Parts: sequence; structure tokens; C-alpha cells
Amino acid sequence: MTAVDDTMEMVEGQRSGEDAPTLVVENLKTHFFTRVGAVKAVDDVSFTVRAGEILGLAGESGSGKSITGFSILGLIDPPGRVVSGAIRFKGEDLVTASPERLRGLRGNRIAMIFQDPMMTLNPVLRVDTQMIEAIQAHRKMDRKAARQRAYDALEMVGIPSPGERLNAYPHQLSGGMRQRVAIAIAFLNEPDLIIADEPTTALDVTIQAQILHEAQALCKRTGTAMIWITHDLAVVAGLADRIAVMYAGRIVETGETDDVIDKPLHPYSVGLLGSVPSANKRGERLNQIPGMTPSLIGLPPGCAFKARCPRASELCNTTPDVSELIPGRKIRCHHPHLEEAAQ
Amino acid sequence: MSEFMIRRFFQSAIVILAMSAIVFFGVNVVGDPVDMLINPEADQADIEATIRALGLDRPIGEQYLFFLKGIWVGDFGKSFIFGQPALQLILQRMPATMELAFAALFLSIVIGIPLGLFAGLRPESRASKGIMAGSIMGFSLPTFWVGLMMIIIFAVELGWLPSTGRGDTATFLGITSSLFTLDGLSHICLPAFNLALLKISLVIRLTRAGTREAVHQDYIKFARAKGLSDRRIIGVHLLKNILIPVVTVIGLEFGSLIAFSVVTETIFAWPGMGKLLIESILVLDRPVIVAYLMIIVALFVFINLAVDIVYSLLDPRVRLRDQGA
Repeated sequence: MTAVDDTMEMVEGQRSGEDAPTLVVENLKTHFFTRVGAVKAVDDVSFTVRAGEILGLAGESGSGKSITGFSILGLIDPPGRVVSGAIRFKGEDLVTASPERLRGLRGNRIAMIFQDPMMTLNPVLRVDTQMIEAIQAHRKMDRKAARQRAYDALEMVGIPSPGERLNAYPHQLSGGMRQRVAIAIAFLNEPDLIIADEPTTALDVTIQAQILHEAQALCKRTGTAMIWITHDLAVVAGLADRIAVMYAGRIVETGETDDVIDKPLHPYSVGLLGSVPSANKRGERLNQIPGMTPSLIGLPPGCAFKARCPRASELCNTTPDVSELIPGRKIRCHHPHLEEAAQ
Repeated sequence: MSEFMIRRFFQSAIVILAMSAIVFFGVNVVGDPVDMLINPEADQADIEATIRALGLDRPIGEQYLFFLKGIWVGDFGKSFIFGQPALQLILQRMPATMELAFAALFLSIVIGIPLGLFAGLRPESRASKGIMAGSIMGFSLPTFWVGLMMIIIFAVELGWLPSTGRGDTATFLGITSSLFTLDGLSHICLPAFNLALLKISLVIRLTRAGTREAVHQDYIKFARAKGLSDRRIIGVHLLKNILIPVVTVIGLEFGSLIAFSVVTETIFAWPGMGKLLIESILVLDRPVIVAYLMIIVALFVFINLAVDIVYSLLDPRVRLRDQGA
């Protein structure tokens, strides 16, 4: 247990800056250089996450949210590359860090949970093997102690009879169980940051609710920061402290969850929320955003949403800057819905 | 598991019985061994006597039943040429063929898997393209020609390695093999590599294809996200998954290594079963040909069974299904 105490102390020491953010992403650009041209999957994205905070990163498929997550972990494979920007994890820039340093951080200080639990665990290795190796990759610990730690982690995420599950192969577990195992693996080394890439999308609604609740409780208890990537605003509404809405590789709006949900400023957020069914819109036709997500290849200059936006004007042919019109709410738009927000 | 084993056992028995009929009647069509065996100056009475002595005067159906009865007690008949039991003749030559086949199998694994992994992990590199071009050569060049070239280069021109025979043998743990002496090892180099060439190419292609597919799987990305070392990701997470098809194919190909050794043994004058078979075919020594073919059939059947069992050890999903059965 001393090893754990030591790390906890270390973490405390580094947090002495009082509320210094765990992660600061500044002007991150991740592009994929394909034969038909550069795909700007992530284009000038900035955000911060503090210890114990859950940031919901919401957007349609292809908006660049998963690529943002992989960029932080340094897991972008060619032809993709982080072109510019900074990813500061507790003050250390990850973009310029050595591959060996990144490997040391991955799974240790920054963990990730993937979307499809049926695919993330190796089908030919037992659960205990896959958990113990995750511990032993980062600290010297004998098998027995590591196994005990794996047992505790499974218990923590609410898996019944963890001893049996440790000896099981992934195919012997249900989807929900497998995702719990993946979450337990993410928490094994008590990371400072967990990136969850739509971890509940592939699960039933009831299991989804349980896992959301557990993840939230674990973050608050351990002080772990979390980035929850999702396309489902209803999921993050009840989970995240803050929301960042992504569209075509850019964050178009950030703010406290309640503010963004109640009074969205960006026309895209307004459209997205308008298309979510809810009790007080019973019997009405759901709104939908006209058009399609644009192709990220050869995107015309200016706001990427202009072709689908009811408020678009000549001005939108120039890319809007990020502005903080209301304290705590950042937005990238020339024509935000300020009048509704003022009411 | 046991139900599966019993079913497989009966299937195997039927396959062997069917093959015995095909082999026996097939060989009878090929030609009359009496012409080859008897002195051209012998008179009709001598010929008749020889035919009766070999049991060739009986109707073919009766000969087959007699043959089956013999097999049941392990008697494949006596060689027309040597006068020794055919089975004994073949078993005497078997160790030489087995050691050649095992050496070739070993080479195809230790050369094929690493090269295939490399080509799969770095598909764009120049070395990978060289490996793949080499494997196409291995597939398409005829074995006998490569064997002859190897003799010309390594035995005749360079004089590094001997080109014929088995060399010295030694006995270790009750097995007499040329693998246990330096001289024997130098003799087995060329024929083993010649025999392995096709299999190396096959293993390279299988391993490469498996690797290319597996590296894009989520479980590999997840393993990287856990911060595991490249060595562990490739050596455990990747390799264990791609070994499943590779083991299946290598196992099944082991039978064909033994069968294909006919060509290699003839070129390198390797005193194994293959060389015996060719000699027996030339003089139409029917019992030896039939016994050889039956042994190869039995071997294939047994290997198939063994592969199924190893496969279930490697892949836990197969194991579960068998337990359910």
C-alpha cells in the first residue's frame, strides 16, 4: 500500500498550485494526410479539465471528438499527425514528449475507455492477465499483489464474484461486464485523467445508466478528471460538469452543463438540443438540422456550420474567433443566440 | 469433448477404409509386376509358379479382402523385391523422413513467423517488399529446380555443405537421428531448407495477413492505451491471436511435408520413405507402394485430429464450445 500512498502524496504535491488544471489543450490541430488531401479532423481545439471534473465532449460522428482523445494519449497513427498546438498534462507538454515518456503515462496517469466493449479486451487472454499486465507495465509489483489489486478494482466497479471473473475469458462475460472490466482497468493505476470514448453507446439503457452513475461516483471519490466523449447530449446532461460541443473538428461552444443545455448560444447547439425528444415537446414534430455534416476534406474557409445555419450571413465566410461573451461561456460564432440567453 | 473425439474417430476410420480401396485397386491398374520381376528367359511354368506364390492368380476382390485382413493384424504383405514385410521396410526408412520433415517444419516456423510479423508491422518498408517478393519466388519456383541450384551453388561451387546422403547418426533418448551429430546436421541443411521453402513462403503470407488485420483491432489499441511495451503487445497480444490460423495450417501442412519429401529425397539421395517409394514405383513393388500410401493417409488423419486439439488449446472460445457439447 505504501506505493499507492506515495503516488497519492506526489499527486497532492503537484496539485499545490491549487486548482491548476489537470489537462490544458491549446490550439490543437490533428490532421490526416490522405491521398485526396489533408483531413483536418481536429482543427484548433482548446479546452481545460480540472481534477475531479467531468468534461462532456459532445458532437456528431466525424466531428473529431475521438481523435481529440487519441491525440492526448499520443495514439495517432500515420497518416495522421498532431500538426500544432500544445497538450499540457499537469504542466508537461505531451506533444513534444518522447514516445517512451508517453508510454509511461498511458494507462498509468492517463487512461482510456473505448467505445465497444466487445472489441477492447483481447479475446485469447484471461481477464486477470490483461489486468495484471496493466499494473506491472507501470510499477514493480509481484503477481499476487497485482492480482489482489485487480480483484479490488473489479469489486469497485460493481462486478459480482470478482474472483471467478478474473479467471474468465472475455467471451464468457456480457457486454456490460466487459465494459466494467475496461473501466476497472482504467482505474487500476489511479490515473489523474480518464478519457472515456462513448463507453456506454454499445450497451442497453439500463446498464448505461448504472455505468454512468458508477463512473461519476468514482471520479468524485478519487479526484480523477474525466473527458466523456459522446454524441448523446442526454447522456452528458446528467453526468458532466461542463460541456464542449464539437462540430467539424472545432469546439463551437463550451460552458457549464446546465447553462449550455438550458440556453445554448451557438446555432448548432440550439439545433442539436432541438432535435432531442423530451417530455415537454410531446406530440410536436422534432426539429432537425437541415443538411449533412460536411466532408472534412477541402472545407471552405469560414464557419463550417454556415451551410446549415439559419443565421448565416456574409460575415460567416470568415472563421469566427473564440469569444467569451458571457463569463464562463466560450463560443465560436458571429451570430450567437444572445437574446434568448439574456432572458 | 469426448463426444467430439468419438465422432472424429469414426470419421477417421471411414476415411482410411475408403482410401485403402482406392489405393489398392488404383495400384492394380498401373501395371503387371510379374513382367518386371521374372527373368525374361523363364518358361511358362516358372511364371505360373511365381504368380501363384505372390497370390496374384486370385480374383482381385479376393486379393483386396485378403489385403484388408492383413492390415487388421498389421501385415501389408511382403515386398516383391526385398522379400521383407513392406511395413518393416517403410518403418526402417521412416526416421530419416521424419527428421527431414521436422527440420523443415522448424525452419518454416523460425524463418516464416518473424519475417511475416515484420512484413505485417511495416508493410511500406523496402525490406517488407523484399520479403514478399521472396515469398512469391518460394511459391512459384519448382522444388526440384531449387534443389538442383542449391546443390550447384553450396555443394559444387562453394563446397560448404554435402549434397547427398544422411551423414553420421547418433542415438539420443532411444531415437537414432542425424540431428544429433555435426556431420548429420551439415547433411540435413540443404534438403531441409529445400523442403521448407514452400512452407516458409506460406507461413510468411499467413503471418503477414494475420498481423495486418490484427494491428487495427481495438484490443491492440487498448493494449497500447494501457501503456504496455511494444514487445508485450506484439509478443503476446498480437502473436497469440495470429498463431491460431498459423498453427492450423502448419499442422495440416506437416503431412504434406512428409508426402512432398519424395522429390527432395530423390534429389538429395536422402534415404527416407520417399526415396523408397520412387524406387518401388519403378519396379512396381505393389505391397510397398500400398503400405506407403496407407501410412501417409493414416498420418494425415492423425495430424488433422491433433491440430483440432491444439487449436482448442490456443483458442479459449473453441474450448468452451467443446465443453458444451
